[in-house]
Amino acid sequence: MGGTPLPDGIKLIDENGKRLDGRRPDELRPLKIEAGVLKRANGSAYLEWGDNKVMAAVYGPRECHPRHMQDPTRALVQCHYNMASFSVDDRKRPGPDRRSQEISKIISEALTHVVFTEYFPKTSIDVYIEVLQANAGTRCAGLTAASVALADAGIPMRDLVASCAAGKIDDTVVLDLGKEEDNFGQADIPLGYIPRTDEIVLLQMDGDLTTDQFRTGLNMAVEACKKIYDLQRDALKRKYASPARGNDKDVGVN
Amino acid sequence: MQQNDSRENVREIVVPGDLLSKSGLKAGPGTYVESGQIFAAQLGIKTTRSDVVGVVPLSGQYIPMRGDMVIGKIADMGASNWFVDINAAHQSSLHVNEVPWRVEFGETGKFMTVGDLVLLKVIGVDELGKVQISMKEHGLRKLAGGVVVEVAASKVPRVIGRNGSMIQMLKNATSCRIHVGQNGRIWVDGDLDSMLKAIDVIKLIETEAHSVGLTEKVKKRLGQMGGKGE
Repeated sequence: MGGTPLPDGIKLIDENGKRLDGRRPDELRPLKIEAGVLKRANGSAYLEWGDNKVMAAVYGPRECHPRHMQDPTRALVQCHYNMASFSVDDRKRPGPDRRSQEISKIISEALTHVVFTEYFPKTSIDVYIEVLQANAGTRCAGLTAASVALADAGIPMRDLVASCAAGKIDDTVVLDLGKEEDNFGQADIPLGYIPRTDEIVLLQMDGDLTTDQFRTGLNMAVEACKKIYDLQRDALKRKYASPARGNDKDVGVN
Repeated sequence: MQQNDSRENVREIVVPGDLLSKSGLKAGPGTYVESGQIFAAQLGIKTTRSDVVGVVPLSGQYIPMRGDMVIGKIADMGASNWFVDINAAHQSSLHVNEVPWRVEFGETGKFMTVGDLVLLKVIGVDELGKVQISMKEHGLRKLAGGVVVEVAASKVPRVIGRNGSMIQMLKNATSCRIHVGQNGRIWVDGDLDSMLKAIDVIKLIETEAHSVGLTEKVKKRLGQMGGKGE
């Protein structure tokens, strides 16, 4: 982050209060979720959020390897976040790095909170998040997709986790930062949230905010998570409400 | 897509966290209770029978239960046991005492080897999910020949049908020998044409498992194929 400053004459928020991509400060980028896209995985989801493209796959519960990591009282939720080398402008050096390890860890912890891990002792539930195209906010996109994939895998869980970020650009608190806003902005707050129980399962902050700005941002993100939550539920219901792939379409009520 | 009306018997799809009942009902499978209210714990179809509300899952792994008939694949052998893959979270062990033959120590390989298919019964599951299986009951055996089709374990009840009606229909129509394991493995044996026919119909049942009027669709498909084959 940081690096080259924003070219002169370009402002993150123009005189009409619109952002670089024409959004209002409290507007989300367009979000599209599809459940059950992979055949080999127990559960999967594909998500497009602005220019982010993220695929999540869930395997398990299955025997936990290495053995010493097994927990005899509960299942392990192991998340593997990975960015494809072609997901960003400059080629990303493939393989785990500090950042992806951190994101894997926080997403695992957020998901562990909702999954009934005690139902599957000694097993591991593996969640793979592949970022195919990145444009800021991939950890939120990853967490949102992962919880849909978990539900699609039929894993018992308390609720779905919705996730969204807020941030600060040009001293204004805005929702769901885009890439330029993230790079040249002042702060970023990713949030993982369960609307029904009003619980926060992921919260980070990068940059400086006053207490008031933080509160405003947090509230904005919470409201956005509620909308995202509805989209997640809709994606899951859509998969089964539509007539099964390919076969005759005469699904009537009789 | 037709819009479902709000009649009571319309199948309602629920996702984890959906409120199923505020009070008065008992929590069934696939649900959890929080501050006196019942919520869905799994993606599935909401079902209410007498005073129990539950969720019939639409997906999910096979969870072994005592008494289940399953089809296992021998994965490894020990001196006095076989390790069997039964499509569950863990491999399970079949001890020589639980097979219908007398097996000398170290001679397990003479009876069954890696890759063999066996019809088994789950005789116990402990709290750690460890499964004990047996081959000693009547009808349990090594499955020679035939093919295995895998379907999602959650769809097995639809393949069997009410009181076995669906599977009986399939057996009669195709004259195949069929064993359905609760773990989602279905063994089919017969001549090639009828085997292909049976597999096709099983796949149809799997993809259409949650749709209304499944039996009719299966009948239609069986009828069509019968016409072509003769």
